[in-house]
This record gives sequence, C-alpha cells and structure tokens, in this order.
Amino acid sequence: MSSAGALALPSTSWRTRSALPGFGLSLGFTIFYLSTVVLIPLAALIIRPWELGLSGFVAEVTAPRVLAALKLSFGAAAVGAVLNTVFGLIVAWVLVRYRFPGKRLVDALVDLPFALPTAVAGIALSALYAPNGWLGAPLMWLGVKAAYTPLGVVIALTFIGLPFVVRTLQPVLNDLSRDHEEAAATLGASRLQTFRRVVFPALLPALITGSALAFARAVGEYGSVIFIAGNLPLRSEIAPLLIIIKLEEFDYAGAASVGVVMLGVSFLILLILNGLQALMAKRR
Amino acid sequence: MTDATMTEFALPRPRAATADHPVARALLTATAMFFIALFLLLPLITVFAQALKNGVSTALAAIVEPDALSAVKMTLIAAGIAVPLNVVFGLAASWAISKFDFRGKSFLITLIDLPFSVSPVISGLVYVLLFGMMGWFGPWLREHDIKIIFAIPGIVLATMFVTFPFVARELIPLMSDQGRDEEEAATSLGASGLQTFRRVTLPNIKWGLLYGVLLCNARAMGEFGAVSVVSGHIRGQTNTMPLHIEVLYNDYQFVAAFAVASLLALLALVTLTVKTFLEWHYADEIAAVHKH
Repeated sequence: MSSAGALALPSTSWRTRSALPGFGLSLGFTIFYLSTVVLIPLAALIIRPWELGLSGFVAEVTAPRVLAALKLSFGAAAVGAVLNTVFGLIVAWVLVRYRFPGKRLVDALVDLPFALPTAVAGIALSALYAPNGWLGAPLMWLGVKAAYTPLGVVIALTFIGLPFVVRTLQPVLNDLSRDHEEAAATLGASRLQTFRRVVFPALLPALITGSALAFARAVGEYGSVIFIAGNLPLRSEIAPLLIIIKLEEFDYAGAASVGVVMLGVSFLILLILNGLQALMAKRR
Repeated sequence: MTDATMTEFALPRPRAATADHPVARALLTATAMFFIALFLLLPLITVFAQALKNGVSTALAAIVEPDALSAVKMTLIAAGIAVPLNVVFGLAASWAISKFDFRGKSFLITLIDLPFSVSPVISGLVYVLLFGMMGWFGPWLREHDIKIIFAIPGIVLATMFVTFPFVARELIPLMSDQGRDEEEAATSLGASGLQTFRRVTLPNIKWGLLYGVLLCNARAMGEFGAVSVVSGHIRGQTNTMPLHIEVLYNDYQFVAAFAVASLLALLALVTLTVKTFLEWHYADEIAAVHKH
C-alpha cells in the first residue's frame, strides 16, 4: 500500500470515514429515538384518515363546521402575521438602530411569548380583553367587542407570533452595511427613498421568513386562543379545538382528517413562501 | 488643519446622512414601545395583578391546595423525564451530525425540526391515534392493562414530542462550527471516546447545552395543548400546572387560576433572565443564530 493510500481512510459508499468513535451508536440512537417519538406517531396521523375512504375524508373536511374552523385558524393567523410584519419591522428597527434607556430590557421582553406558557398567556389576554377588563372595557365603550369574537383570536395569534419577525430581522439589520445607505444619501435620495429602495429590499427575505414562521406557529396555536375565543361553532371555534372535540366524541378518523389538512395546508404555504424567496434571491 | 480644529468643527455636526429624522425616530420608538406595552407588558402585569387581587394569602392558599400541589408534581415529573431524554438525544444527534460526514444529513436535520411545525394539539393527537382506546395499539394495551393515554406515560410522551428539537437544534450548529480538530487530537493522543467527549467536547458546548436545556425545560413545564389532549383532565391525578389553570379558570375560580399562573409566569421570567444573561456573557459559546 502506498503512503498516500494509507492516509486516505477507506470510505464506504454513503459516508466518509472519520477518526472519531461513536458514529454508529450516536446515529443509531438518533434514528431510533426520532422514529419512536416523532416519525411513527406522525405516520399514524397520516394513515388514519384513509379508513374513511377518499370520499369520506373529503366529506369530513368539507363539513361546514370544519371549514369554518379551518378558515378562522388560517385567516386569523394570516391577519396576525401581517400585523406582526408591520409592527415587528418597527420594533426590530428601533431595537437595532436607536439607543434609549431600557433598551436591553425591552429586547429581552420580546421573547416573552416563547417563554410564557400558552395557557397563562391565554387567561391573561382573556382577562384583559373581557368586557370588564382593562382593555376590554374601553374597547366596549368604543363599540368593539374583542373577547369571545374572531378579533380575540387575532389578538392572541398576534401575541404568539410577535418574536418570530423581530428575531429574524434583528441579525439581518445588524449586518446591513451603512455604506449603501450613505451612497444613496450622497446621490440625493431622501431618507424615505433610501429606506424604500435600499434598505427594504435587503430586509424583504428575512421579513418573509419571519412572517411565515409567525404564521405557521399561529395556525396550530391552541392554549393562548381558546380562553379568549369564546369557541362558538361556525364563528369563533379554531381548528385545533375542533380536533379535541372530535377526539372526545371518539371520532379518531375525523380528528386525524382535520389534523392532516392543517399540516398539509401549512406545508403548502411554507413551500410557496420558500419558492418565492428562492425566486427573489435569484433576481437580486 | 490640526486634529483639535477637526474636532471643533465636527462637534456641532448635523445628523448623519444615515440617521433618521428626529420626528420619525420619536414616532417609530413610540409605536414600538406602545405595541410592546400593549401585547407583552400588559398581559404579564395582568397575571400578577389578578393573582394578588385578594391579597397574598389568598394567592398562596390556591398554590398550596392539594390539587395544585399534585399539578406541580405532575409538571415536575413530565419535565423531569422529557428534558433529560431530549438532552441525551440532542447530544447523540449533534455528535453524529457535526463530527461525521454522511449522506442524508440535511434531511435528518429537517426531520429533527419537524415537531416545531406541528400544532401542539396534533402532537397530542398522534399518541391518541397510537395508544388511545381506539388507537392502533389500544386493544392490546387494554388486554395487558397498560394505560398510556389519560395517564402519566401519555403526558410524558406528548411533552417529549413538543420539546424534541430544543437541545439538538441548539447544539448542531454550535458543534458544527467548532469542527472536529480538537476531538481528533484527543483521540490520536489515546483518549477513549467517552474521555474525549467529557474532557474536550463537553467543556466547549456547556453554555450552549445549558441554553438548550433552559428553553426545553420552559416549554416542557408550560406545554398545554399537547398535554391537554392526552391527559384526560383527571383532577389531582393527571393535571399538570397549565391544565390545572384551565380547570380553575373554567370553574370561575379566577384568583386561584391566576395564582397558579403567576408561578409559571415567574418561571418564564427566570428563563428569560438566564437566557439573556447567557446571550450577553457567552455569546461565542452558544449557537451563532442567537448572536444579535
């Protein structure tokens, strides 16, 4: 054997040999644990609805109550994501570009929806926006009923999605070189023009990623929503709650059908957004 | 021109070309603060204000009540099993992924992230479909008198599912950044695999690991949707703290509900504090995604 041959460790077809031990053990455990905890249970979800047959499945997920719940979950999540896109951009901008007292505290607080258990957030939002609550009472006086309506669902989903946009934008804004902005200013662009033409296009991919993450999280959200939603069938009943109701009626296939549609639509939307992003990256 | 005169000219300088107009700046800051106060600060204050509405002793009484204590115990059991298992998994997965090259690696990472994109309710549902009364293994389990759904194992499984990626997704980028030179050096000097891991790898990743455990634990103790599906809401038996809060709230025992909720809110505040501390002091030793 030549010395060069001895240096290059023999390699099997699907992996390169390494001098370090523990590959088989660590990968084996990883795949075993992943399969037991995640993959096999998810397979059960995907297989279960088909015991109804295709027509049964379609009938199940096009029932008025299911459609209304899906529409509310996806619609309110979309509205929440749009709100978070606008305000998340402002919050990220202020936190990265400006200095003010208490900035670090505010920055840490942004992660609250990640850290606060959803049930706690749920009862707090519900108490706040109830007709006699701190915010609910003034809103009632203005003629707006927030709690126990679809508006309440939007409020809860905005809360839950807030950190995603801010946390996705912050590192991008931080890395954004000021040179381009300076160049634009030198060439006579106003600050607003510079933002629209120079800064915003650079932020757009991260902005889309952030809102997509917020949206995806909001679609499946349960704990922070059910207390404030009022849960009226056809009006303020979200899709995850409908799954629980069907389970309580031992309608396993029905519950799985709603779950499969939620997963499917979420993945489809994320796929489209990913495609959109790839397209933008190509054009830049 | 000397340096001194330069500074004199520079001092009263008008705002830089890349600075926002003071009015725009004030407006944007005010909007951001208003949004944060409305959506983050107010809900947080509400929890404590409602809990203490009838005084500290009423709130304390709701926390030391037997059903509440049993819920605390249940939450500790669920997190106490799910978090260590996910730590072992996170270490194994990140060791395999960061120290070796093999085909299908990025697909494996996608699969590990999967539980994050699944609704909590679906995370519970999948176990009911497997182990519930009419689930795939339901009849067999009933024959052998094993209870998973509406019992502790179901709660632990659901908690494991929702907290599955936390440690792994923290460690994979961190350990990939660190490469494998140090481990290879240790091995070539005759260290065993376990020695290499304990003496070389672990010291390098300890803050990142702590960061992952912190987030994993916060979610494990606070999980509601997934656990709600599998627990059966048996008071004093299979209720975790978040489920106990729901029961109290639906019973119109608002002060008691907020008292138990304030415990979890305190946990969230501690989590945020430690997390921020880690981000400030060990920015280099936690995954690059968190440096901002």
